[in-house]
Amino acid sequence: MIGSGAAVLGESGPVLDVRDLHVEITTRRGVVKAVDGVSIDVPRGEAVGLVGESGSGKSMTLRAILGVLPPEARVTAGQVLLDGTDMVPLPTSALNRIRGPKLAMIFQEPMSALNPVMRVGWQIAEGPRVHLGLSRSKAAERAIELMRRVGIPDSERRFRAYPHEFSGGMRQRVMIAIALSCDPEVILCDEPTTALDVTIQDQILRLLAGLCRESGVSLLFVTHDLPVVAELCQHLAVMYGGQIVEQGPVAEVFAQPMHPYTLGLLRSAPDVEEVRSSLVPIPGSPPSLITPPPGCRFHPRCGFAEADCQVEPPPLRLLPGGRATACLHYERCAESLEAEEAAR
Amino acid sequence: MTAAPPPSPSPTPDGAVPAGAAPSTTGPAQSMNLAGNVVPPGEPGPLLTATDLSVGFAVGGSIVGRLRHEERVLRAVDGVDLVIERGGALALVGESGSGKSTLARALTGLVPLDKGEIRLGERVLSGRRSRADQRRIQMVFQDPYSSLNPRITVAGILHELLRVHNIVPRAEVDSYSRELLGLVGLTDDALHAYPRQFSGGQRQRVAIARALALRPELLVADEPVSALDVSVQATILNLLQELRGSLGLTLLLISHNLAVVRHLCDRTAVMYLGRIIEVAPTSELFAAPRHPYTRGLLAAIPRMTALADNEAPAVQGDPPSPLRIPAGCRFRTRCPIAQERCAHDDPELTAAPGRPAHVAACHFPLDAPARNVVGRNVVGLSTVQGEPSPSQ
Repeated sequence: MIGSGAAVLGESGPVLDVRDLHVEITTRRGVVKAVDGVSIDVPRGEAVGLVGESGSGKSMTLRAILGVLPPEARVTAGQVLLDGTDMVPLPTSALNRIRGPKLAMIFQEPMSALNPVMRVGWQIAEGPRVHLGLSRSKAAERAIELMRRVGIPDSERRFRAYPHEFSGGMRQRVMIAIALSCDPEVILCDEPTTALDVTIQDQILRLLAGLCRESGVSLLFVTHDLPVVAELCQHLAVMYGGQIVEQGPVAEVFAQPMHPYTLGLLRSAPDVEEVRSSLVPIPGSPPSLITPPPGCRFHPRCGFAEADCQVEPPPLRLLPGGRATACLHYERCAESLEAEEAAR
Repeated sequence: MTAAPPPSPSPTPDGAVPAGAAPSTTGPAQSMNLAGNVVPPGEPGPLLTATDLSVGFAVGGSIVGRLRHEERVLRAVDGVDLVIERGGALALVGESGSGKSTLARALTGLVPLDKGEIRLGERVLSGRRSRADQRRIQMVFQDPYSSLNPRITVAGILHELLRVHNIVPRAEVDSYSRELLGLVGLTDDALHAYPRQFSGGQRQRVAIARALALRPELLVADEPVSALDVSVQATILNLLQELRGSLGLTLLLISHNLAVVRHLCDRTAVMYLGRIIEVAPTSELFAAPRHPYTRGLLAAIPRMTALADNEAPAVQGDPPSPLRIPAGCRFRTRCPIAQERCAHDDPELTAAPGRPAHVAACHFPLDAPARNVVGRNVVGLSTVQGEPSPSQ
């Protein structure tokens, strides 16, 4: 999962390999290090969840990968390797040939991502016409087929509908159809279910999980919702203050977190299956990314912090089982969980 | 038209709140000023009884159509009966468009009723509420970024309110404001700050202090944590739970997050297309839902385990448009167990045998002991009936 090469990942290797990515945003109050040395591998046909709170840099990471950063932000260092090709130095014309056939994105708000005055069918057909060189009628056929595949009923008729005639869930299905239209290898998902009701979220997650399984597309899925990651993803990366603080297989990380921030996230959210007497919030507030705290960025809010946490930024250390943590005292998490278990 | 859930004999919570949850009494609650905030115990009967409430909004239509009185009405709340017990915490859950926010606003007096009556204690609230009645129900809104006036300091917000409603003598306004801030866990410094100087969680604390300033008996919280980050949500949820304990406050919580509901509320009402379709003690609702919609809603909650391969979604399709509510049972278009009868007979809320506090509006309620309800494999939901309706 972490950038350690094919040995861990088996024969296929990562389809998307982000290495030491840095993104800086220039503001009036100073330079914000929104993404500060992020490395993520997305294995072929699997889903990787990227979780963190607002301001942790997860959306900026996605935008940097796709090359759609806002004008005041820029990639200052790092590589985004898609099938071995670094996308960072590529000009827009070259990126346009990659975006669609190789890399696609699904946004949180489908209503603002879709063209309100264009029939949805033609929005889906646009990619195949441009990138795959299909004729108008062939592209329309493909669009109808895609609409059927993502579960839009009565797709021949709804081909001619406009986005405002669709519900939120159906619009998100249209977005997914657009993303799939040129058979991409990786789909970047930026909180695609956050604006949806749980029943619709459930439908969309099952659709995405099915696509992953059947067509071998890989997902990089940004969310703040831990159970959503647990349902859909095989791997997880937790971001805090522009950095990845923990990585690993989803089930293992949730069962045995090795970073106090991950542990804090798990303890602060109420659980439907288990009523706890009270929730444990993470004290304090997220760090300033203009002048981040010295050493570990989480130490001012951390219950396990020691003097050495304030000295130097701890590196993301590899651990057995494909896990990695940026905590110097990660054993404390296990101890704390054991103590909690014993108290019960 | 629908039967109100019978009031439980005692106003104590029905046990959904775990024993360990007894909230610590916060210090300032004992002081002189806030003593007025503590609701006097022992008054009999439910705090609020709503009967046959309906709220509609005129939508669309041409001018000619309006002149001919052809305007279309969106029935956001359509004949709702609701009982809120004194000191209880009732949750209102449902999908967006189910009318839960409109119902909350109608109870608070922010939208006029088309029909029905709201009884607070012994008295029926009139359409135009007196100041005294307004004070008794207060609301906390979803977005703390837009619900606080950005041009006024916290002191300004609280002082204006306290003067208009004459809550404490003028000389005590300042000390009472400080106490209120202490109650919601803010320091005195907050008094002279503007809303923009606070984080989202702190703003929501200010909003709660503003609601509590008028010593309400019922606090209506509409999605109070959904605009906040996960780590901050916990502080607000803990605060609400503490305030319930220390002030004896009655809470109506509107939320789409069922984990939050389960954590905080002792009774839960499920809304679908303007109707309440099931009410039960929270623990019972989660363990043994009787309405197929409730069951599907619970099964749709993301859980900390991977999705099973090729399993159908818990609820199929989109909710129909509230402008075209299906005849008969309004859930039948998405219901996996709908029958002929459901198409023309509108089911009423009826109690489960031997469980008077658990009512559901279904002709074929699920009475089998619900194993696996909270798990994934929900019996009876694998088959699909009816086409999802386009939501225009």
